Amino acid sequence: MSNNSANSSNLVIAQKAVKQLRLEASIRRVKVSQAAADLKTFCLQNASKDPLLVGVPSSDNPFRPPKSCALF
Amino acid sequence: MLGRASSCDVTPAASAVSCVIRSFRGSLSPVGKINNNNSGPGERYLPRKMAAQEVQPSETIAKLKLESETLKTKLEEERAKLHDVELHQVAEKVEPLGQFVMKTRRTLKGHGNKVLCMDWCKDKRRIVSSSQDGKVIVWDAFTTNKEHAVTMPCTWVMACAYAPSGCAVACGGLDNKCSVYPLSLDKNENLAAKKKSVAMHTNYLSACSFTNSDMQILTSSGDGTCALWDVESGQLLQSFHGHAADVLCLDLAPSETGNTFVSGGCDKKANVWDMRTGQCIQSFETHESDINSVRYYPSGDAFASGSDDATCRLYDLRADREVAIYSKESIIFGASSVDFSLSGRLLFGGYNDYTINVWDVLKGTRVAILFGHENRVSTLRVSPDGTAFCSGSWDHTLRVWA
Repeated sequence: MSNNSANSSNLVIAQKAVKQLRLEASIRRVKVSQAAADLKTFCLQNASKDPLLVGVPSSDNPFRPPKSCALF
Repeated sequence: MLGRASSCDVTPAASAVSCVIRSFRGSLSPVGKINNNNSGPGERYLPRKMAAQEVQPSETIAKLKLESETLKTKLEEERAKLHDVELHQVAEKVEPLGQFVMKTRRTLKGHGNKVLCMDWCKDKRRIVSSSQDGKVIVWDAFTTNKEHAVTMPCTWVMACAYAPSGCAVACGGLDNKCSVYPLSLDKNENLAAKKKSVAMHTNYLSACSFTNSDMQILTSSGDGTCALWDVESGQLLQSFHGHAADVLCLDLAPSETGNTFVSGGCDKKANVWDMRTGQCIQSFETHESDINSVRYYPSGDAFASGSDDATCRLYDLRADREVAIYSKESIIFGASSVDFSLSGRLLFGGYNDYTINVWDVLKGTRVAILFGHENRVSTLRVSPDGTAFCSGSWDHTLRVWA
């Protein structure tokens, strides 16, 4: 009896696993060359706006200490 | 036998999942024995009905297992067919990056024990951090002042997140819950009094994140599941089952890309989920150990992962495969957390050897190593406008780098 309920839950689990794999196998894929080219394009298009990449002048970066401190 | 079966039926997620692994191995041996015509005297006397019941499920399971293996092979073949080039080859003509000068610009001191998690506020200056000492602190990173502090009823607060409005923080850990604290402008107000318990898991909370609004929270847990909750009512909106072990991290897709998120776990898998249906739509299993951190590429078409196997990897969602590995023979300690710079060209990785490695995402090379922390780097996030990134460490401090 215990073998039975263990077997039927194994069955449900195996069915779920196969269903999931069928779903994953059926998705549309593109070639790596295409995908990689798009990643590269995105990087290059946004490079100029990336502060950590190009660096911003100290005065614009809130974390870089300002050269002089004005005290009033 | 009886004991094991009943625990499979009754207890939720974690023990049920570990039951699966044990049961699969167990089911293979009885098949041969029952179908064997030369069975001993014991089997010959089995009532025919019971014998039929015992035979069929095992046969079907064997068929399903076969189909499962066939599908896995087919999946690998399909993925391999499209693997016509490597990312770094496509990036050969791209100008290499120059020298990087990144230094610690602020050190946030105040936690009494290991910093486990941190998050930036959308205002690009506030930070929330949580620690093993049970404290959750909100800092102004420009001035390094502490603005709020909450003491949680548990130690090991492994997850914390800032609400998009900046008006609340969520956190949790060994208490198995995710709680939301509204932040009061009145510094004297006791934040703990306004606490709202939102998520309930059956094991530790490993990560949490607000979705596009303050109204919903996504959580991941040691119980092997992820879940989406309504903050106001505490109601479970959707649960995500599929990991075979603790889920350690999650990241939401950038809002332009739609309702998906990625999670990584101790089962070495990174899964991409549809938030509306609860369905796992893609799964990647190339890491050799626990995945500690996952982060979407800014365009939403890819994500990076950091693992105990000392590598970080890039997976492209449209090609449905791993497209880059960031590793070096000299790096032998696990990567605990990863994040991209604004353009996605740089990948920052915090490691268990106390360093932060900065990788050129396209070329696959390391462009800088940052030293400073005196113990493991446990958490790392780039600020919302990309001007700096913050790292938290087991050395009790957080550092802001720019």
